[in-house]
Amino acid sequence: MSSVIPYTVETRPDTGLNNVKIGIWLFLASEVMLFGALFAGYIILRVGSEDWPAGADFGLSVPLAFVNTLVLISSSVTMVMAWASLIRKDPKKYKMYMALTVLGGVGFMIIKYIEYTAKFHHGYYPSEHNFLAIYFTLTGLHALHVIGGAAVNAYYLGPGFSMWHTNPEQFTNRVETAGLFWHFVDLVWIFLFPVLYLL
Amino acid sequence: MSHHDIDQQVRTYMKVFGALIVLTILTVGASYLDLPTGPGIALGLLIATVKASLVALFFMHLIDEKKIIYWTMGIAMVFFFFELFIPLITESNNLHMGG
Repeated sequence: MSSVIPYTVETRPDTGLNNVKIGIWLFLASEVMLFGALFAGYIILRVGSEDWPAGADFGLSVPLAFVNTLVLISSSVTMVMAWASLIRKDPKKYKMYMALTVLGGVGFMIIKYIEYTAKFHHGYYPSEHNFLAIYFTLTGLHALHVIGGAAVNAYYLGPGFSMWHTNPEQFTNRVETAGLFWHFVDLVWIFLFPVLYLL
Repeated sequence: MSHHDIDQQVRTYMKVFGALIVLTILTVGASYLDLPTGPGIALGLLIATVKASLVALFFMHLIDEKKIIYWTMGIAMVFFFFELFIPLITESNNLHMGG
């Protein structure tokens, strides 16, 4: 006997949504709490300090973070365009936009690697200062999310794309769900950039 | 969703993209204004909140979502503010605000 997960595409009568949509938003709600706790940690450390340093004091590069912000925002746009291409039944364009989204994630991580390497080269480790501890915790956790999101997107670009031929509606749902996660990752960075680099 | 609807949405995505780029430039520009710490943080967070709202409303389609999603995220936001403010209240005697 095979078991089938219900309401992956069709709407569930009591919620008015399919289970996939409910599931990803519940997950994102838990993510809000996770990052919220760390932002609370940042605020406590900052307002509890008599002399909180600026990011520049530890060599944080505003131009690099600015470029990374543009990269992540652009990849959010290409992600939503990939989904729109599936709605338009245009798999070629979907592949192009999804490839750009994955490239955006990889580009973001390369810049992050350059930033981290520069910090370690100057001896700026998490144990050196509370600012560095919370900087590495927040940006490190965010980077893990970028890696996870990019891996899922790469799967839907490559092997996972075969579902488009057998169940296009479910595949479109999957891409929309991956997109919701990817936009959330963008949204978190929108706050991390000013908080850590500029303020 | 019809082709006309999605064409309309794509035009909206492009406008939001433009707004996000402009707001990102404004965020960096505002940091060079040499504002005092309090107003500087308020301005930076205000711009970030506008940007995040644009992403959530249009890219994540929250502008046109079911009530259950609004409730889910609304409850999460309430607890998020608890997370932020309860530690601050309990530590209020040790705050220096020197940052």
